[in-house]
Amino acid sequence: MGMTASEKIIADHAGRDSVSPGEIVQVKVDLALANDITAPIAIENLKKAGVEKLADPEKVALVPDHFTPNKDIKAATQALMVRRFAHDMHVKWYFEIGEVGVEHALLPEKGVVLPGDLVLGADSHTCTYGGIGAFSTGVGSTDIAYAMATGETWLKVPPTIRVDVNGRKLQWFYGKDLILHLIGRIGTDGATYMSLEFTGDGMAAFSVEERLTICNMGVEAGAKNAIVPPDDVTLEWVNKRAQRDYKVYSSDSDAAYHSVVELNLSELEPCVARPYSPGNVSPVSEVESEKIAVDQVFIGSCTNGWFSDLKIAAEILKDRKVCKGVRLIIIPATPEIWRRCLKEGLMEIFVEAGAVIGPPTCGPCLGGHMGVLAEGEVAISTSNRNFVGRMGHPKSQVYLANPAVAAASAVAGYIIHPDNIRA
Amino acid sequence: MNIKGKAWTFGDNIDTDVIIPARYLNTSDPAELARHVMEDADPEFPNKVQQGDIIVGGRNFGCGSSREHAPIAIKAAGVPLVIARSFARIFYRNAFNIGLPLLELDEAVEIKTGDELEVDLDTGVVRNLSTGKEYSAKPIPQFMREILEAGGLMNYMKKRMQGR
Repeated sequence: MGMTASEKIIADHAGRDSVSPGEIVQVKVDLALANDITAPIAIENLKKAGVEKLADPEKVALVPDHFTPNKDIKAATQALMVRRFAHDMHVKWYFEIGEVGVEHALLPEKGVVLPGDLVLGADSHTCTYGGIGAFSTGVGSTDIAYAMATGETWLKVPPTIRVDVNGRKLQWFYGKDLILHLIGRIGTDGATYMSLEFTGDGMAAFSVEERLTICNMGVEAGAKNAIVPPDDVTLEWVNKRAQRDYKVYSSDSDAAYHSVVELNLSELEPCVARPYSPGNVSPVSEVESEKIAVDQVFIGSCTNGWFSDLKIAAEILKDRKVCKGVRLIIIPATPEIWRRCLKEGLMEIFVEAGAVIGPPTCGPCLGGHMGVLAEGEVAISTSNRNFVGRMGHPKSQVYLANPAVAAASAVAGYIIHPDNIRA
Repeated sequence: MNIKGKAWTFGDNIDTDVIIPARYLNTSDPAELARHVMEDADPEFPNKVQQGDIIVGGRNFGCGSSREHAPIAIKAAGVPLVIARSFARIFYRNAFNIGLPLLELDEAVEIKTGDELEVDLDTGVVRNLSTGKEYSAKPIPQFMREILEAGGLMNYMKKRMQGR
């Protein structure tokens, strides 16, 4: 019996020839990641357990991105604790303001995560790195403390749902729409404890950044990991960034799958997830007919803060103005993306349109800072969650969409298909 | 191990933003987190919940963010056990890692707020003393039980490292 790419990565990291779904295995971790919210609990745990040095400081990343630039004194205290720990423990991948970006964009961009790696992150969206063919999964702070101290973790080998993507995608349809559509179809617990593997002829049309977006939201269907086995598109992207060897894993033709979901791109239009669930998905044309007015538009986050996302937004915002009364907040996910936006003229387009541009941070996505919603306010956001209170007041509402729909909605003042905004 | 307590019921897809909103994540102090537990589902919950009460959820309890603050807030509020029809996987790991047991029970939806429950963690038998009904939850997997018995993952790690 063959294995899936995810099973092969787990087997190699467990020192085994093969593994099968349901087995609990001890695996070596190539990178243990935490941020300014999750690291403090891990650090306290390590101190309490008397751990004086990390198993391998070169395999640890600490990315203070959630409440930075520090939003208040308590957040500053947490960030300080992370900074001191990173220094004292000689953590290799620690990033400070000016170099820090949203973790799940920053680490692949810097080549810290590569195909075939097994990555454990104290952040649920750690599953993002499957977009370049890594096995990566989110855990909590105590699991990360354990991985930092021992260099290992335990995993239950997940069964895999294969998503066969075929057909040609329509204009304005992006990776974000593919994953929203899938979550709408299988539900927010449709892949709980499982692996999602994206395959099929249709996948070649999605850029690496879109594949990272797709895998980013695997957790919104409950998945343990999501993966797009690497192809030439992946390797071209990765080779510009890699500074060490890596291994490419693909699934065997006789690998066993839990189930198969088929998606035909030519039948799908851009979609929107309505409050209060990423699984509450409707085609954008249907939402447009309801003329849902928005108070705020957020373009950014680990889901859609890539340069390619901002470029899509810029195409729509060029020579247009944000609707009066709407607040458009744009946040490039990393300093490198920020610089590229500056160099290639995107910043000027955004500012001319009436947007505000923030420094790289997770900020508004989780209602942290830099764009918190008041009671009754409505936002459309390119991020990944629209739970009750996610971006602010429990009685605010968040719609999730791709960057084109978000930018078009900022111009129109209500949720709209990009084809339908005035020239 | 037996746990007896009053039930507080919640619906499906109770996410970690509802269990502990991100606006309180600038601290990891358990007592402070407990003061806001489940606040966005029921603003009065932190005042109403009593030591020993049991939280009962529907499907996919604990979905969303990996914040360990969620099970910490529940545990620090004095809740010794969460029963749900199913749990999201990161929450599931986190809860056992900090020593908060979880039970998966298909009939969780039949339990009402205020019902008195008696739970045998070893057998998974849940008795609803208010209705007289008895249910069988899925037994806690052996590996999770070892972590619980060690007093959480860090203590399990210490034992393991000493054994090397």
